Amino acid sequence: MKSQEEHGLIRINNVSHTFNTSSGKIRVLDKLTITVPKNSFCAIVGPSGCGKSTVTRLVAGLLQADEGSVWLQDQKVTSPRPVVGMAFQNPVLLEWRSILKNVMLPLEIVPNDLNMSEREARARNLLELVGLSGFEEKRPSELSGGMRQRASLCRALVHQPEVLILDEPFAALDAFTREDLWQTMHRLRSEEPFTGLLITHDLREAIFLADEIFVLSGRPATLQHTEVLSKRGQKNLDDLYSPEASQTLNTLREQIKIARQHEGPLT
Amino acid sequence: MRQIFSATFAILVFLVLWEVLVWVNDWPNYKMASPSDLWPAFWRFKGLFLVYGWETLWRTVVGLLLAILVGSAIGMLMGLSRFAREGLYPLLVGFNAIPKATVVPIVALIFVGQHDLNTVLIAFMISFFPIAVSVSIGLSTLEPEYRDILRSLGASNITIFWKIALPKTMPEFFGALKVAVTLAFIGTNLMEIVSPHGRGLGALFDSGKTNSDYPLMFAVLISLAVLGIGLYYVVIVLEHFIAGWAEREID
Repeated sequence: MKSQEEHGLIRINNVSHTFNTSSGKIRVLDKLTITVPKNSFCAIVGPSGCGKSTVTRLVAGLLQADEGSVWLQDQKVTSPRPVVGMAFQNPVLLEWRSILKNVMLPLEIVPNDLNMSEREARARNLLELVGLSGFEEKRPSELSGGMRQRASLCRALVHQPEVLILDEPFAALDAFTREDLWQTMHRLRSEEPFTGLLITHDLREAIFLADEIFVLSGRPATLQHTEVLSKRGQKNLDDLYSPEASQTLNTLREQIKIARQHEGPLT
Repeated sequence: MRQIFSATFAILVFLVLWEVLVWVNDWPNYKMASPSDLWPAFWRFKGLFLVYGWETLWRTVVGLLLAILVGSAIGMLMGLSRFAREGLYPLLVGFNAIPKATVVPIVALIFVGQHDLNTVLIAFMISFFPIAVSVSIGLSTLEPEYRDILRSLGASNITIFWKIALPKTMPEFFGALKVAVTLAFIGTNLMEIVSPHGRGLGALFDSGKTNSDYPLMFAVLISLAVLGIGLYYVVIVLEHFIAGWAEREID
């Protein structure tokens, strides 16, 4: 048996999916196949509404594919599993809990053998890692948007998930905060072992964070192009302005342009 | 402290205006009692005020507790199931549209003589509606992402309800409870006034009417208002402890 490094920790295998809406059936995914190797960080980009978020819901087990299968750690995904951590564009922190208690929430649900003080220590460590020490007892509404998103990342990672799914988590932030958060992501990646799957509209974000970028075609989405980045793992912001990165950016732009021309009709 | 001061000040101004209004118009106390007539009325019936005030209070509270239990249960049903929501809403709205004053004689006839039960029942019927509606709205408007955060970890629906849906609904629940508290007093008194040989402050009001004792009737109204304010602030204190996170600092 091949290892999950080459075989893929996440395997999306020939997946098709159709939504029934009031305006008819909409086929969002068409025979999509994607493999995400263990400990890598992959980004999915594509035109708006092409079904990127559907992919995250399939991997998280929140949704079952009509056709094809999704595999996580060589197990077919049929229901949600605690090996997944998720963060969305909306940080969805619970206002009646302090930041610390928000981060500890998954540990109240996922089976683990940490006692209360160990759980708290784990949460405090993560908060420190993202630069939120001193804010543990604050309410979410007392924090800025960027800080809330940092807390949301901590909550997604506190139970040490194998897979971190990020569905446009930085999209609502201003440009400077976003770049800070990108660097925080790299710091988290160097300290915490996880396999990342990022959904984004921002091509520079994909280039900065990912090892591999999948471009999806317009609806119904299928894999149109895979861009393997030469510089993997840790990067710094200057790398974004290297000729190589510009080259990649151009390629991706071209691919998105093609993807948008291939918008399928409603079926 | 400032809050107590401004509230006391407002009440005093109200009493002075009332007294002046009666004095200027030279109304006799069988037309309109003045605040200075009230204290003798209280003092003359102080025993009855205590006993009947307590009766009114406990019936209202029991009716209200019943309304919280049943209202929350109906609200949960409607908030969590679309089928129940679509089915029950017209029925509930229709029920609420019926003036409770018309239901009072019916209930009084059905359970004739069972004065406590009658009164509690009306207090409950008049006050459960806002609770049911607010709980159902609180639950049905829960953003799917909140649910997904826990569902993706494998949490059961019961866990999601306890950890997220229920606490998130608390501000709406207390908003409705504040309305329900005053409604429940109206319900209790409707029954106490109408029911023959009734007890409670409503009955005291009724006997004031029979004996043309206008200061007594006004004194009953004032003591009802005092009870209402008291219970309302109990709810405020509970809200502060249970859903205080929803409070915002306003200047």
